[in-house]
Amino acid sequence: MSARVDPMGSSDHLESGAALVRSSLDACIKCTICESACPFAVATPLFPGPKTVGPQAERFRSGLSSADWSVDYCSGCGICSRVCPQGVRIAEINAQARARLKERTGIPLRDQLLARPDVMGRLGQPVAPLFNRAVETPAVRTIMERTLGIHRSAAIPRVSPRTFQSWSRRHPPAPGPDRVVYFHGCSVNHFEPRLGRMVVAVLEHQGLRVDVPEQGCCGLPLQSNGNFPAARRYLTRLAHRLAAAADVSVIASSTSCGLMLKREGREILGVDDPALADVSRRTWDIFEFLRDLHERGLLRTDLQPVDLCVAYHAPCQQQNHLMGKPAIDILSLVPGLRIIELERDCCGVAGTYGLKREKHDISMSVGEDLFHDIRGLEPDAVLCDSETCRWQIAKATGYPVVHPVEILHRAYSGGGRPPRARG
Amino acid sequence: MKVDALVIATGEGSLPLATGTIDVLGYSPGLVSSPFEALPTFLHANPEHPYRIAGIDGVEHALAWLAETAESLGYQGGLVRNRWVPTVLGGLRPTSMLPRSMVSADLHANAHAEIVVAGIRGYRDFHPALLAANLSLATPPSGGRTIRARATEVEWPGNSSDLVPFRLARRLEEAAVRREIANRIRPSLGGATAVAMPALLGRERWDEVHRDLEGRLERDVFEVPGLPPSLPGLRLSDCLRRALRRAGGRLLLGSSAVSATRVDGEVRSVTVTQAARHTEVKAGFVILATGGFAAGGIARDRDGTLREPLLGLPVHGPQVGAEPTSPRFLGSQPLDRAGVRTDPTGRPLDTAGEPWARNLYAAGAVLAGAVPWREKSGEGVALATAWAVTGAILGGAQ
Ligand SMILES: Cc1cc2nc3c(=O)[nH]c(=O)nc-3n(C[C@H](O)[C@H](O)[C@H](O)COP(=O)(O)OP(=O)(O)OC[C@H]3O[C@@H](n4cnc5c(N)ncnc54)[C@H](O)[C@@H]3O)c2cc1C
Repeated sequence: MSARVDPMGSSDHLESGAALVRSSLDACIKCTICESACPFAVATPLFPGPKTVGPQAERFRSGLSSADWSVDYCSGCGICSRVCPQGVRIAEINAQARARLKERTGIPLRDQLLARPDVMGRLGQPVAPLFNRAVETPAVRTIMERTLGIHRSAAIPRVSPRTFQSWSRRHPPAPGPDRVVYFHGCSVNHFEPRLGRMVVAVLEHQGLRVDVPEQGCCGLPLQSNGNFPAARRYLTRLAHRLAAAADVSVIASSTSCGLMLKREGREILGVDDPALADVSRRTWDIFEFLRDLHERGLLRTDLQPVDLCVAYHAPCQQQNHLMGKPAIDILSLVPGLRIIELERDCCGVAGTYGLKREKHDISMSVGEDLFHDIRGLEPDAVLCDSETCRWQIAKATGYPVVHPVEILHRAYSGGGRPPRARG
Repeated sequence: MKVDALVIATGEGSLPLATGTIDVLGYSPGLVSSPFEALPTFLHANPEHPYRIAGIDGVEHALAWLAETAESLGYQGGLVRNRWVPTVLGGLRPTSMLPRSMVSADLHANAHAEIVVAGIRGYRDFHPALLAANLSLATPPSGGRTIRARATEVEWPGNSSDLVPFRLARRLEEAAVRREIANRIRPSLGGATAVAMPALLGRERWDEVHRDLEGRLERDVFEVPGLPPSLPGLRLSDCLRRALRRAGGRLLLGSSAVSATRVDGEVRSVTVTQAARHTEVKAGFVILATGGFAAGGIARDRDGTLREPLLGLPVHGPQVGAEPTSPRFLGSQPLDRAGVRTDPTGRPLDTAGEPWARNLYAAGAVLAGAVPWREKSGEGVALATAWAVTGAILGGAQ
């Protein structure tokens, strides 16, 4: 008899996501498919594998007493949940177990810091040049590693002296009758405002008016570092702000943060707020949205040739949207562009996982196959929808790694220079 | 012809759990030495068997397609004669095609003077003494020759935390680890001409691992698949995924089909789950390949009703009240035959016996009429029916 769980089977389930996640463990038949697919279990004995740590150990966890520590070495990439034929939400079970573990052990200062990119951005911004020079100074990084436990070789983004919000406040809105709300996330706001401007330009090119309400962090890094109470507060605040902005599509360019709105907030954090339910249903990843426009014949196709050979890596969280690879579907329309689809699952960074002193080597070893393939292909640029993955891949390979929207932006604005390597 | 193909799958299918060999027909119900010769009689006796959708020609073409598509895995064999390979318990089982890492396991073609079964101490799913003892009792059906097999168990040169399949496979991809393992096996080889090892000889770099061990041990080396996960099955799964991608097809892994829209006797779209909502995928043709009970393609309710959960197709099998299982575990299990019935081209039938939709086909374990565990026909049915219905679609679409 089959006991498959369909988490989306009916709309009632949408309301009770977090409870459903845990009960899905009863559908585990110990087939080991997740263990063979997990990129982390093969890289470190500290993580015994998703089945062992997830559905298996979960049976021995009651209340606050957790049977083990190894769940801290789960990166949360979600590949296990995707390959499971029985619908067990393994990664989600692990995320919840990690939060319970952290309730007991407490969360180290480092993880509290890494989990708040908005705070890091706000603190760094007034002294951006100094901050950026400091994090590139080996001596400073050695000290950071010793005192904070942030690995000296981990990729740390540069803080922008101007936030995206400050730009968008001065940016006159396009007149278009149709509107969208842009959820830019912390990364665009503090580290990559240029990407945000390109997203706005691409959307405005479709004749859309782009609203950029005040927003803040979605709580994803807090969630993956086990601080659920704070993550829930951040997410709820964000959902209310986005819901209040306008009753239109919400477009996300940070694929992992978009997933937080769509699914993880409900299923992992158990946030049962009508504002989140509302926003969740109308949240779109930028390329998912553009592909939908295209399917309805509404995407502008005045695309100029872009003579580049690019390698596309679909990051784990992007794949967890279960929407395929819309960036490839859309970029295939760009004349002259050669896209090679990379065939690896994970770059290893998993948000803040790869930044941590004790986990950085594991993270690099997980990504090694991907880095190796990229070096072998010698592309003009690597494309990837997730910011932390872009930083990790750029640091590991030295190749320029950009959001796929940069290529589309270039095609709309008439070709142009190839991307340059970071830093 | 360029076809836009999308594969929607809740999760990985059965391949990562299966042996990686291609079984077409092993028992009908007596032992089959040549599927090519046995299939006509078998189909005559089992007119409802899914092989009828492909026909013997179709089965042959499907195997040839696999050999070509999975060329990097070096599949050998075909319908003409079955191979006889040891199981992890030391029995002999018939199969039609073997990947290169198992070719010398065929004890029909290879008259190994003696086989050393080499295990790794502490690895729980491979017991060389048991395997060797049973194998020594077995006789290949083709001849009275007895098999000489002997066991050895070596210490793993790495950490004991490596002693799980996925890590062992990865570590064996390291030359230094292999050298050490080979050094430890070599002293017990004596006059043996072949070495049987657990099927853990690498994932992506299996070829290098296999050749290197053969070189170092100066013997034929073959893999014996055991409990899941199965590295040979995973390699085949990896290989087919890559082939799909390179042919321009797309895979939506982790997404479930929940319903379909049928208008005027045609399926127009399939509704699939995404992270925050359902989405409709338009389709010119749909192939139902949702597998059997384990994969969720067929379900049985508490009261004994059999269901095909996605489209609600009628399921042929032991009805409510009938005994679904036999008390003999390895006996004939009525439930095994349960599945969806089709017309001769592979289109599922409704309760009136008409095609449920003009453009809906079915392939694999979801089909009624096969008993894969007894016939040893699981992969053969999956491959041949998939090949046949794809051919019907491509032919019909022209
Ligand atoms: C442990 C094990 C060992 C085996 N050993 C052998 C052997 O030695 N010899 C042999 O001949 N056969 C063997 N088999 C059987 C053989 O592997 C299967 O019969 C064959 O692979 C079936 O293929 P399939 O594609 O029809 O189904 P599957 O491989 O089961 O694939 C079904 C797919 O459909 C997906 N799915 C189901 N419902 C939905 C839905 N609603 N929406 C989207 N996706 C859905 C599933 O997630 C899965 O990916 C073995 C099987 C197992 C499990």
